Amino acid sequence: MDAIVAHARRDHPDEACGVVAGPEGSDRPERFIPMLNAARSPTFYEFDSGDLLRLYREMDGNDEVPVVIYHSHTATEAFPSRTDVSYASEPEAHYVLVSTRAETDEFRSYRIVDGEITEEQVEIVPEYQSSAGVFPE
Amino acid sequence: MAVTVSIPTILRTHTGGEKSVKASGSTVAEVIDDLEANHGGIKGRLVKEGALHRFVNVYVNDEDVRFSGGLEASVADGDNVTILPAVAGG
Repeated sequence: MDAIVAHARRDHPDEACGVVAGPEGSDRPERFIPMLNAARSPTFYEFDSGDLLRLYREMDGNDEVPVVIYHSHTATEAFPSRTDVSYASEPEAHYVLVSTRAETDEFRSYRIVDGEITEEQVEIVPEYQSSAGVFPE
Repeated sequence: MAVTVSIPTILRTHTGGEKSVKASGSTVAEVIDDLEANHGGIKGRLVKEGALHRFVNVYVNDEDVRFSGGLEASVADGDNVTILPAVAGG
């Protein structure tokens, strides 16, 4: 969470974006991967298409999925915009929105499935161990 | 021309859960038509008004076809076609 907020603050006034990957089926966000906003815009973000391909290949190779997909809003609240909903295509992901419009951090999380937004509680836990095998199933 | 197509999670409902399927064609458009013949409904998720949908990226091997001819981009035997939803928003 601190890393996501720091990334959002660093890229302000442009929107920042990235993912936190985790083992498939675990729902545990473990590996923080900040991405470049190819749009470099205060009102839009997009992963560069080449970066996106490399990211998904790498996650596939590690049996990972994007557990969290985050981006920032720079002038509005941390709530998914209509554009966010139209692009949302990972029904299993937690869409995290950060707002950098004020000094106080806004950090909220949503599921976006079939155009429906459902906000969810954010619970801070100690950092997950990222090496597989630490938590035998 | 047989190619392997990687299917993103959101479209696996059309492929019975398969992550990757075989298809044939010598252009991206032909590959998509062949996918549609075996996995009905998938074309509508990829193509809109004769062009690739804004919300998806299609790659032939490592090349985003948006920069290499779009639906007319050529595909060779043994190529890997990857479909990924764009990660974007406002």
